[in-house]
Amino acid sequence: MDRLDIQPTATVQPPVPRSISARKVGRVEAMRINLRRSWQLYAMLFLPLLWLAVFAYIPMWGAQIAFRNYVPSGGFAGISSAEWIGLEHFTRFFNSYNFWPIMRNTIVLNVYSLVAGFPLPIILALALNYIGRVWFKKTVQLVSYAPYFISVVVMVGILFQLLASGGMINQLLGQFGIDPILFMSEPGYWKSIYVWSGIWQTVGFNCIIYLAALAGIDPTLHEAAILDGANKLQRMRDIDLPGIMPVAIILLILNMGSLLSTGFEKVILMQSSLNRSTSEVIDSYVYWIGLGSDIPQFAYAAAIGLFKSVIGLVLLYTVNLLARRLQGSSLW
Amino acid sequence: MSDHYTVDHGIDRAFTIVNYAILTLFLAAVAYPLIYVFSASFSDPSAVISGKMWLWPVDVTLDGYRAVFRNSRITVGFQNSLFYTVAGTLVSVVLTILAAYPLSRKDLAGRNIIMFFFVFTLLFGGGLIPTYLVVREVGMLNTRWALIIPTALSVYNMIITRTFFQSTIPDELLEAAQIDGCSDFRFVRDVVIPLSGPIIAVNALFYAVNQWNQYFNALIYLTRPDLFPLQLILREILVQNQVDLSQITDVDQLMQRQNLQDLLKYSLIVVASAPVLIIYPFVQKHFVRGVLIGSLKG
Repeated sequence: MDRLDIQPTATVQPPVPRSISARKVGRVEAMRINLRRSWQLYAMLFLPLLWLAVFAYIPMWGAQIAFRNYVPSGGFAGISSAEWIGLEHFTRFFNSYNFWPIMRNTIVLNVYSLVAGFPLPIILALALNYIGRVWFKKTVQLVSYAPYFISVVVMVGILFQLLASGGMINQLLGQFGIDPILFMSEPGYWKSIYVWSGIWQTVGFNCIIYLAALAGIDPTLHEAAILDGANKLQRMRDIDLPGIMPVAIILLILNMGSLLSTGFEKVILMQSSLNRSTSEVIDSYVYWIGLGSDIPQFAYAAAIGLFKSVIGLVLLYTVNLLARRLQGSSLW
Repeated sequence: MSDHYTVDHGIDRAFTIVNYAILTLFLAAVAYPLIYVFSASFSDPSAVISGKMWLWPVDVTLDGYRAVFRNSRITVGFQNSLFYTVAGTLVSVVLTILAAYPLSRKDLAGRNIIMFFFVFTLLFGGGLIPTYLVVREVGMLNTRWALIIPTALSVYNMIITRTFFQSTIPDELLEAAQIDGCSDFRFVRDVVIPLSGPIIAVNALFYAVNQWNQYFNALIYLTRPDLFPLQLILREILVQNQVDLSQITDVDQLMQRQNLQDLLKYSLIVVASAPVLIIYPFVQKHFVRGVLIGSLKG
């Protein structure tokens, strides 16, 4: 794009030998003309760019406290004056007794979410696509989108109510003579509750994109298949599934990039001292040692957060590379 | 779609029946917890505890709602959330358009570099602690700004909006306006914004729902209870189980305290979710549109 804008001035320049200084003059001149022509566009960008600098890039600069002996009371000026200590925070984390349980919980939770949660919107979309009655299809969509709009606090609140010892689920189990189970404090159930409540909230909404991809499939493919005597299951397998594959792969790549990210919000709400052994993940650990504790350890928490972000970036890059090699669809 | 040209396959008929059956079960599984919570909020707590209430309200009572609206922390939180939602959405939508329009212009020099700076933040970030340090440094801790400014712009929404501008505002319109001497500011005000109703609606809805539903920023940036949004009050009551039923004083009523707490929780869940759930069926198409534009060039 830059090239295109520079061209008009470049042609105005006489064809003198293109010394470095001449090129520089041309560039400055081009920028001047450019600014005069579209200064209003840059003016519009001023606030968003200021926001981006302050709330996205300055924090990235601040992430260097991960390598420094930074004290929480130090303020922002304290960042660059704090002593460099290299990878000390990182090695401390890798060697801590918490490291492996936290890594295991994080990876298991995300893989569980992915394996259980990724195919379901696809299956839902395929099923809805063969529903002939419009009112039924519309009803399923309307109802299944609804949980997506419930806040995470309310979601966890509902879990606490329904899974309580006298709650709906235990009443149901009681009908079969099963004693009440304290689901929320039982470490063995924690991950399943987390994953399936997440699926309950998002499966409907996540299927929108697949429904759109299915709607984009050429109907003549189906007509030809019907003439050839294919039944619905065969059409689903040989026409619909390949048709939504590119979308599915892109979404899968995006999911892989966040293999170590769970987000803070839902995890810390669902945590208690009783289920920590299975519920503590990287994100929640960063929160608890950084902001949720009376003795905040900013630098240590930032180091763990940075470790996670870097791994995420590497994963995303690798998976994207693989997808491009194998499948031909990729993010960039 | 497929019912128009049905071939008589026994397997197809079986498929259709199974398909309807599974989706009906799915529908019930999604809807049942919502209906249960809704009904429980109107039912006598003892009917809920004993399992007599399983679908529709039993022994209808409004005590839960009375307790909700009598609790001043909840009503203050509700008002705060309204403010954060309206103000936050306004700021966010303006900021999004300000970023998206210039970046949609193919003739903007440096467009790709600026775009890269935005997109890169989707892949990598400074993290929780450095962001907190910035918010503290600019003096936003314990101010209403802390809930509005740090998360004001969603890069994802900005990209959607930019895609919309690129695909719906014809270049000819810009050229014609430029020939007539129309400035970029005026073009945005008089041409772009009037043509962008749908995308502004998509943005406003996504931002509003996020702002209404989010609690985490309030948790880390606010300690003054008079600034708390509703979600943070909900966290105390629903998750941390801190209910202040100060209107109850005598001993008999204390016996029912636990029951009333449960009732209040169900009612509170309904009150907190109602604004979004009531509005959403009417604006559902905008959310769907948002997802679809996003998938064009994700």
